[in-house]
Amino acid sequence: MPEFVLTVARYGFLVLLWIFVFTVVGVIRRDLFAGTRANRIVAAPRGVGPVAPAGGGRQARVPRRGRVARQAVVTAGALAGTRITLAEAPITIGRAEDSTLVITDDYASARHARLVPREGQWYIEDLGSTNGTYLDRGKVSAPTPVPLGVPIRIGRTSIELRP
Amino acid sequence: MTGQLRAATSGFQLATRRNVELALLLFVMVLLLGYAAAVEAAVIEEITGDFWVQTATLGVLFFAAHLAVRFLAPNADPVLLPAVAFINGLGVLFLRRVDYAYLTKAKVALRADFSPWAGLGGKQLLWTVIALVFAIVILVVVRDHKSMSKYAYTLGLLGIILVLIPALLPASLAQREGQSNGAKLWIRVGSYSIQPGEFAKIMLLVFFAYYLVKKREVLSLASRRFLGIDFPRGRDLGPVITVWVLSLMILVFVKDLGTSLMYFGMFVVTVYIATERASWLIIGLGLFLGGAFLAYFLGASVGGPFANFYTRAEIWLDPFADPSGDGYQLVQSLLGLGQGGLFGEGPGNGSPRFIPEVQNDLIFAGLGEEIGLFGLTAILMVYLLIVERGLRTALGVRDAFGKLFAGGMSFTLGLQVFVIVGGVTRLIPLTGQTTPFMSAGGSSLMANWILIFLLLRISDAARNPASTSASARPGVGRRNPPEQLHDAPTEMIR
Repeated sequence: MPEFVLTVARYGFLVLLWIFVFTVVGVIRRDLFAGTRANRIVAAPRGVGPVAPAGGGRQARVPRRGRVARQAVVTAGALAGTRITLAEAPITIGRAEDSTLVITDDYASARHARLVPREGQWYIEDLGSTNGTYLDRGKVSAPTPVPLGVPIRIGRTSIELRP
Repeated sequence: MTGQLRAATSGFQLATRRNVELALLLFVMVLLLGYAAAVEAAVIEEITGDFWVQTATLGVLFFAAHLAVRFLAPNADPVLLPAVAFINGLGVLFLRRVDYAYLTKAKVALRADFSPWAGLGGKQLLWTVIALVFAIVILVVVRDHKSMSKYAYTLGLLGIILVLIPALLPASLAQREGQSNGAKLWIRVGSYSIQPGEFAKIMLLVFFAYYLVKKREVLSLASRRFLGIDFPRGRDLGPVITVWVLSLMILVFVKDLGTSLMYFGMFVVTVYIATERASWLIIGLGLFLGGAFLAYFLGASVGGPFANFYTRAEIWLDPFADPSGDGYQLVQSLLGLGQGGLFGEGPGNGSPRFIPEVQNDLIFAGLGEEIGLFGLTAILMVYLLIVERGLRTALGVRDAFGKLFAGGMSFTLGLQVFVIVGGVTRLIPLTGQTTPFMSAGGSSLMANWILIFLLLRISDAARNPASTSASARPGVGRRNPPEQLHDAPTEMIR
């Protein structure tokens, strides 16, 4: 074999090897960015749910004070970091698989609590859980309005509403 | 309203990316074909008519594996299979190249007539066939990784037994042929030998994952803070201490630092994944280093069962003290790597004959001589990407058992590469670990392929899109929220 061919083989293989590595990285890259978005759970996507009628509906969505809560963020517990985008649909929290936010927490009941929007304000409602739902320090016994940034505590999990 | 939402939901289907996998596999085949041709050009000085036979066989095998994944785990990760296929294929072709080196005294014509199914390379090709068949069977049998947790105790017990058998067997039945002082990792029956520890890894991981899911709450309780680290309560250290003592016993009786490090590292990291407390990593590392240090000093002063470890550590500290005796393996390995330099001698141009155990422990040194630092780094990158995909799977899957199992498996794979490559390059004492997917040997190949297919199974669950089979298998994957909520159907935006 001429020397030239061997030299081409020697470096050609290395170049091809690195092209392979970068191709694989390219495939993964797409996946990585898809992954960050996949962490967002969306309860009724924007623009797909029922569009609020202009005028009256618009009026009703304005909160009484402060800014609108647009997402609920899990700040502590096994699911810490999970975000749920808030729309018009209520959000159920509990161990049951069909909850919007499934929390695997020993102190949570199957259907533990529910976040319900009413006239632009989100209310937390305990669904008869065993260990109770707390809004900051107080136990929730009736539907209670949830201010922004105040933790809702369920077992080891705590959830905050964020603008 | 619900109907409208459903329709919108189904529009967000995840691409399964099986075609990407196939394309990557084709790339791998081109790469392997190029390597096979380059080797023949250098060793036989001509490219024979059937240089493609081994590569083509590998191609058929990997295509079959691809089909199995396409039908049995359609949402699995697209990178794992091609990346592993590449390393496996390169291993087979390099072993064939080693065969050529041993035929060196024969005429060049003899090499040209060397059958694709003969020698180390042919044997490894055959093992690849068997390993893939087993792995595909596993993919068929294990339809849901969570079902494995039902057999956690059985598998754990089996794993411990498999680890202990070679340690308790007489040395003549447990050591590699011709190595009276080597590690006791094998069970030899006639001319065959199997390495049960490779299978034990996976079994023990199932058990660790299951056990830690049960115990994570307790283990994550912290009692006091010291130097900025939360330390767990004394009594919660029990299981970690138990595994530590067991792995030190492996160090002494199996006579292998690598194996000991593997099992202990595996456990500590699964504890870390389960509890998210970095203090476990620090405690684990401290315990292991302390234990190894103790064994070294006991070896120096007492000898007996610790003597072997002492010798190995001494070789590591100064391999050139006895370059033709004790230090021979490591010295030859370092010389091989040094000879390779940055770009290597070129495929087929090295002299792997001079490196002892080039088909097993030191395959990385043999390969390094021919493809150099540049090529070795690429291969390490491929390993890294495999581990990354595994960890990504662990992040993506929803159930705790799957997370721990996938995380543990990918970490173990990475640790094994670290232990052997670290040994070959004299970063840590050289041990008898196999290079995953590359070293000659059926047990290692089979166990690691099974590991990869289990990862594929879990990643299929993790990447399962929202709109398919959600009601049939609720909560299988993180990206698979139930289809019908009380009033609010949810969906993942891609």
